[in-house]
Amino acid sequence: MPPLLEVIDLHTEFRTGAGLVRAVDGISYTVDPGETVAIVGESGSGKSVSALSLLRLIPDPPGRVTQGRVIFAGRDLMQLSEEQMRNVRGGDIGMVFQEPMTSLNPVLTIGRQITETIEQHRGHDPVAAQRRAIELLGLVGIADSERRLKQYPHQLSGGMRQRIMIAIALACDPKLIIADEPTTALDVTIQAQILELMQSLTRRLGVALIIITHNLGVVARYASRVNVMYAGRIVESGSAAALYHDPHHPYTLALLRSVPRLDRPRQARLDPIEGSPPDLTRLDRGCSFRPRCRFAIARCAEAPPPLEAAGAPGQFAACYRSNELAAVAGEAA
Amino acid sequence: MTAIAGDVASHAAGKPVGNTAGNQGPLLQVRGLRMHFPVTEGMIARRHVGDVKAVDGVDLVIGRGETLGLVGESGCGKTTMGRCILRLETPTAGEILYDGVDIAKLGRRDLVALRRRIQVIFQDPYSSLNPRMKVGSIIGEPMRVHGVEPDAGRRSARVAELLSLCGLNPNFADRYPHEMSGGQRQRVGIARALALNPEFIVCDEAVSALDVSIQAQIINLLEDLRDKFNLTYLFIAHDLSVVRHLCQRVAVMYLGRVVELAACDELFDNPLHPYTRALLAAVPIPDPVVEATRAFQPVAGEVPSPINPPPGCVFHPRCTLAVAECRRTRPQLRELRPNHWVACDVVQ
Repeated sequence: MPPLLEVIDLHTEFRTGAGLVRAVDGISYTVDPGETVAIVGESGSGKSVSALSLLRLIPDPPGRVTQGRVIFAGRDLMQLSEEQMRNVRGGDIGMVFQEPMTSLNPVLTIGRQITETIEQHRGHDPVAAQRRAIELLGLVGIADSERRLKQYPHQLSGGMRQRIMIAIALACDPKLIIADEPTTALDVTIQAQILELMQSLTRRLGVALIIITHNLGVVARYASRVNVMYAGRIVESGSAAALYHDPHHPYTLALLRSVPRLDRPRQARLDPIEGSPPDLTRLDRGCSFRPRCRFAIARCAEAPPPLEAAGAPGQFAACYRSNELAAVAGEAA
Repeated sequence: MTAIAGDVASHAAGKPVGNTAGNQGPLLQVRGLRMHFPVTEGMIARRHVGDVKAVDGVDLVIGRGETLGLVGESGCGKTTMGRCILRLETPTAGEILYDGVDIAKLGRRDLVALRRRIQVIFQDPYSSLNPRMKVGSIIGEPMRVHGVEPDAGRRSARVAELLSLCGLNPNFADRYPHEMSGGQRQRVGIARALALNPEFIVCDEAVSALDVSIQAQIINLLEDLRDKFNLTYLFIAHDLSVVRHLCQRVAVMYLGRVVELAACDELFDNPLHPYTRALLAAVPIPDPVVEATRAFQPVAGEVPSPINPPPGCVFHPRCTLAVAECRRTRPQLRELRPNHWVACDVVQ
């Protein structure tokens, strides 16, 4: 079976006052039908820009997708007309963003925002759209749906608003949902509710999910495959199990070692990644993680290492030392 | 630790605690603290229609050199607690004994002196630093205001010392906040908090806004400074794994009240209150194999409004263990295990 989504060598640039920023610098990955894939990285790693790029939502100027193909269900999204693209967004691809207060329209009722999507994309009449909206609210666990449909976003809690966003994302039976930090603004217990809801719904309805997050725990609990991004590139990808237990890129390894874990004895001291994330306007030819890497060698300064098979089947890492990392890191620890 | 725990015990049991002015006894004792914010309606004749009970009867003790974690979700009152202790708010009721003196009732002049001893590190290093001031002035400002180092030359020497103490190059004094990364800015915030040699620092979500790779750096820095200057921290946070790493004792708040209080290891190894358990279960472990073996059912419902909290136990609408009695009586903190206090009448 071909993948549902295939991103091939995607590049996105921003022209800023400080210079050219290659926010996404040649990333490729696939998502199979019904699969949950995580894109994990820190702020500025390009994880959100990569998602906006494939939806063609990058504001131009200052940004521009300069290269790459995005094959979704057999079509290259980069070749579609703006009109066709509008039908894809909110239709076959649903979106859930971080801050539901800003992604919902404050002057429209919840009901109108859901029915609008259905009428636009599916051509339903208002009565049918209303019926579908009530059904959707039930699906996302909102009781008393008739009353809720008449309310405005500010009358709902953060968790409730995110449920509405999920209802809108699901409204037109999408094949894929892209969720960008869907629970970062929410409290721990509400975060758990929303993520469980997204997982059970995408499984039940067979919808693929790209979840963009900085939270390594969320990735471990919900994703089957993971892409780790750093400075605009995917530095490691593979199954979640392989990546967490046998990381082959120093950044993945360092990230996993730097977080305190509730399931392990307390450490005397945390093991941070020294230094700061790079300034994307001043990247040189070499590996962008090199200045913070404990295992860097002379070769790392020459050219960025390509993403190559390393470790378990289906696991890839962009590091010249990926296959000796376990041994070297073992000595260091 | 035992002395502190003993104080907690006698305190929570309602026994009188002697005057601890001087160098013995806990550094901070909070008794029956309430902070209610009035809710009004109407444009001209403002009618008082209710109160947001942000903090609703909290007792806490923090020992000298201790780090107490204060955890809970947004709206639980943890930040308001910190603001009351800093006297950025004047509490509605209750006592805040700092080194034996009730600071809840201090006047302006005495507060100035207090603020040399109690400092704060805020969450957001973007909004808590003045964008028009250079880093050197930001860190030097508290010294200038308090007249600690009137001589400009000696002040800038002290700024350089504070910068390197916080892991920054002293030439950062000439930069503006926008020229720095989030982690560097938070180091500036910490240097500013240290400028007056305080003994007590309220860390309000001090690492929450930082990236994972930077978070660990700042946590290590806070630990180093604590050891070096024998600092006492009130560490307010929602990230339980960070709190477990950094704190000696932890208080869990829910809707303005402390629902559980214990030594850190005890709390995380044997959580007793149903809310604490729900909170711990909701934290995903960064390990897919561990996650696959965890049976997980998220706690239902949302935090009720602090304007009109539920009667009895405030957690009962979301609690799986709730019985009829929970709707009627507000549970008091009980010592269910040695030095482990739980405000729940159902768990044993």
